[in-house]
Amino acid sequence: MASAIINGMPVEITPGETILEAAKKLSVKIPVLCKHPDLDATAACGICVVKIKATGRTLRACCTPIDSGMDIVTEDAELVQVRREVLELIMSKHPNECVTCARNQNCELQTLCADFDIRHMELPSLVPDIAKDTSNGTIELDPRKCVTCGRCVQVCQEKQNVWALSFLDRGIDTRIAPAGDISMAESPCVSCGQCSAHCPTGAIVECDETQKVWDKLIDPDVVCVAQIAPAVRVALGEAFGFAPGTNVTGKIYASFRRMGFKAVFDTNYGADVTIMEEGTEFVERFAHGKGALPLITSCCPAWVDFMEKYHNDMIPHFSSCKSPHEMVGALTKTYWAEREKIDPKKIFVLSVMPCTAKKWEVRRSADMSSSGYQDVDVSITTRELARMIKQAGIDFATIPEAQPDHLLGAYTGAGTIFGATGGVMEAAIRSALFLITGKNAANPNFEFTRGLKGIKTGSMQVAGKEVRIAVAHGLGNVETVLDEIRKAKAEGKEPPWHFVEVMACPGGCVGGGGQPYGVTDELRLKRAKGLYQEDGATLWRCSHDNPYVQQLYKEYLGKPLSEKSHHLLHTHYVQRPTYRR
Amino acid sequence: MKPEELETKAAAEREKQAKFVATIACCASAGCQLPGTLTTTTDFFKQKVKEAGAADKVRVVPTGCMGLCSKGPIARVQTAGQPDQLFVELNADLGGKMVADYVKPVAEKAAPKPDAELAKHILPASDPFFAKQTKVVLKNMETLNAESLDDYILAGGYQAVRKALTRMTPEQVVAEIKASGLRGRGGAGFSTGLKWELTAKVKGDVKYVICNADEGDPGAFMDRGVLEGDPHAVLEGMIIGAYAMNSTNGILYIRAEYPLAVERVERAIRAAKAAGLLGKGILGTAFNFDCEVRLGAGAFVCGEETALIASCEGKRGTPRPRPPYPATKGVWDKPTCINNVETLANIAPIITRGAEWFAAMGTEKSKGTKVFALTGKVKNNGLVEVPMGTPIKTIVYDIGGGTANGRKVKAIQTGGPSGGMIPAQYFDTPVSYEHLQQLGSIMGSGGMIVLDEDDSIVDLTRFYLEFTVDESCGKCAPCRIGGRQLLTIVDKIAKGDGTRKDIETAKKICRAMQRASLCGLGQTAPNPVLSALKYFMHEFEARLKDGKAAPAPASVTK
Repeated sequence: MASAIINGMPVEITPGETILEAAKKLSVKIPVLCKHPDLDATAACGICVVKIKATGRTLRACCTPIDSGMDIVTEDAELVQVRREVLELIMSKHPNECVTCARNQNCELQTLCADFDIRHMELPSLVPDIAKDTSNGTIELDPRKCVTCGRCVQVCQEKQNVWALSFLDRGIDTRIAPAGDISMAESPCVSCGQCSAHCPTGAIVECDETQKVWDKLIDPDVVCVAQIAPAVRVALGEAFGFAPGTNVTGKIYASFRRMGFKAVFDTNYGADVTIMEEGTEFVERFAHGKGALPLITSCCPAWVDFMEKYHNDMIPHFSSCKSPHEMVGALTKTYWAEREKIDPKKIFVLSVMPCTAKKWEVRRSADMSSSGYQDVDVSITTRELARMIKQAGIDFATIPEAQPDHLLGAYTGAGTIFGATGGVMEAAIRSALFLITGKNAANPNFEFTRGLKGIKTGSMQVAGKEVRIAVAHGLGNVETVLDEIRKAKAEGKEPPWHFVEVMACPGGCVGGGGQPYGVTDELRLKRAKGLYQEDGATLWRCSHDNPYVQQLYKEYLGKPLSEKSHHLLHTHYVQRPTYRR
Repeated sequence: MKPEELETKAAAEREKQAKFVATIACCASAGCQLPGTLTTTTDFFKQKVKEAGAADKVRVVPTGCMGLCSKGPIARVQTAGQPDQLFVELNADLGGKMVADYVKPVAEKAAPKPDAELAKHILPASDPFFAKQTKVVLKNMETLNAESLDDYILAGGYQAVRKALTRMTPEQVVAEIKASGLRGRGGAGFSTGLKWELTAKVKGDVKYVICNADEGDPGAFMDRGVLEGDPHAVLEGMIIGAYAMNSTNGILYIRAEYPLAVERVERAIRAAKAAGLLGKGILGTAFNFDCEVRLGAGAFVCGEETALIASCEGKRGTPRPRPPYPATKGVWDKPTCINNVETLANIAPIITRGAEWFAAMGTEKSKGTKVFALTGKVKNNGLVEVPMGTPIKTIVYDIGGGTANGRKVKAIQTGGPSGGMIPAQYFDTPVSYEHLQQLGSIMGSGGMIVLDEDDSIVDLTRFYLEFTVDESCGKCAPCRIGGRQLLTIVDKIAKGDGTRKDIETAKKICRAMQRASLCGLGQTAPNPVLSALKYFMHEFEARLKDGKAAPAPASVTK
């Protein structure tokens, strides 16, 4: 095997490996600012400079492949000094507002400055006077804090294929904004929030809505209800020192109760209901020929927005199901309110999501007020919940676990895996099999739906018929799938798949735009593992086996796709302009 | 076209031209527009010749830049059997007189009768400005009809393509260019033969050859001159390069600020295609190569090859990390070789006359000639071409004639915004990549600006820095922010508000930019500052608030 030398230590190298990657194997941590493990190096910051020992020539560790025989120095007095000078330059164009910044104590730039002892700001400030863009109400852009690393542009254009963000102007005036210098609300932005999840600083963050929640919690006339999404439970712990993937569901329930929520529900319950509705929808289309195939999942709001903007020829293929938290919201203000004899007007439903697009979804259309009131009042991200728990004086590490209210809170393993890419599909297969054959699968694990491959496909025999499915995550992978569907359609052929799951964020909701910072594939896998572990340990593995779901249909909805279901749990899609200006 | 048809075409052109007694070659560059006329210089002279009734005896041809821009507008009168006469500093009146009192009599085989005034405007070709130069790249500039393929063929054009395609293998072409020692004239000075060899070795269904004509250094116009005056020479270089590297597609990336260059190149491409010198089966061989023009939108950084590639693809023109080098992943991810205009213009002469002839000129490591755009306070400014190794003083004093105002020359600036100052005491230094670098400057693309003792080094430094700050693409922090902070400091010093500490801070920023910038623009942007501080610290100190004017080093004041 080829080898090179880093700081005098030999290291075996593989072709194409960068100096940065090779150094990591030797426990040599080269500082970086612009490089993100998810993204190709753009070499925008200059922090990771290293030297060729013999010539002293500087190279960037993030993007330079290490060649056989290279002798690299990653740390010496000059390199430390150069890195410090570059940081000082970057800080001269960055507002010194750490204390009031959403990324305070969780900022890659702040950490580097601390590591490199940036204690003086001697250069004149070049911070531009550009207003924040808060126009879309989900994520907000503060170009003053931008270090122009380009991660957001890369993720928006290359990973997500949304093309909302781009570079504008040049030189010192270079900034991030939607092309044509329009506002975020006017841009094709689908609020997936991957830009905010990848931003190293506070330049793009979620719109904080925690104060709205506190305001309701102290109002004695309001009945506050909370629910958490599947992926939140395996990520929130990271904010409190738990290992990624640690399931902290019970601690979250307990925290909600301490904060003063009257009822604690779980979006996983809504996921089970979604499977009942969507699974039935699938059976109707697949077994009874009622509607277009493939059926495409609709529980990801960023995907819905993306489809309505870029791929609205797919509207007939879309499941009309609302997303799980909307279902829980609508049922809270109808079914639960009626049972508990509470005026739904007084109910405030908070959903905690791994997602920034949910902030948009709660106001998406009139369908989101099917209870007569806005079904979910406020949706906050995992990151916002972490801050609320800290503000509430809760010692999250030691708080004993609590139970949810079972009526809209008990869930199956099928509901919990919604949080990982392929999870909706796996849950749907489990129930669709039952709906068609009347029997549960002997082995409820459908492994081909799992993992981080961008597009996963598979097929199975159900009652003598082949069911073909596809799973895509990361919006950049969607077009390939849709184009195949279109091609088959145009050629009058069988659809390539019968059921397609799409999640906007890479890895699905565990990698959502509202999750704790520092996401990598390693982290996505750990969080997903936490969900599959819970699934494997649950009593009920299939949504249709959830007794509280069965009770819901018996007591209230009748059956899946009933008129009442349609009214409360389903929605419509429209073509939306990609650009609104 | 069959190879033999080159001779047929040349013969036909020769016969056509033989019908004329005299030729007025007039520089058609923008700088040589005749004062007092609205038409092009060529049209002006055509009209005058017609009015003189000499249209059947006198040919008027548009050429490229004749080099002596400070004495423009220039026209060159060629008469068979007589030395050429240059008419300089013309205007409409003098141009009329030139035709009436000189060209017309000559055409009618009578003695020319220039009056005293017109005589003052005749410059003998033996003038040192011309005599001290060696023209390889600029050889056709003064005489060739830049709009005529046939004239180019008559001047020996496309014989190099013919030789390469019919008598050499691609490997032999690469070997010949390698042996010549030709180095990239865009500034970096990388071995052209090696670059070709690297690209030739890469497998690929489609390969690109790109001519980098995004000349952007302030005060540099070498490439513009070549494109305007001898476009086919550049095409020939590209065809030969494409043959050597097995490429079928060419792109000429020309900055949009060069409309005449674009027009002439496009005309040349059309003519070459029509004649079968571009396209399928060039000169009857199995070799196919076609090329197109792409316009640069005015960003200086697009001269950097990875930014140029991005721009060609219609993307934001910003550099990307290398490797991958364009040779493996260039335009549209295809193997790509990018050569500068002047580099390509050297190819045909090397193929025709051989690597040995070329390598005989120049220094050990810098072969051939170099074109400079000689400007500033020098008396004769314009385009000059000298063998590598020519001492700076020959260029500044013999060819350039020293200063026009009689003041002492203080320094030259070479390499544009990436280069540096060279004080007059180093003028014995030969011009070559290595020698200029030793002095803390660079060859660059060939800008040479002469400064006299009245020029302020601080102000010039500020000017260059302002340029690179303005042209920074903004991608990487050291250049984007470092440049601006550096400019703020130099600005402060220029205004008399600077302190000694500012100079120390400036040096630190320079180092960060040099060591941590991604591309050449940022890495070299501090060079004008550093070389100015190296040789002319006293000029900076003289403007400091807290600095006493340190005595200038003796070497500088001598």
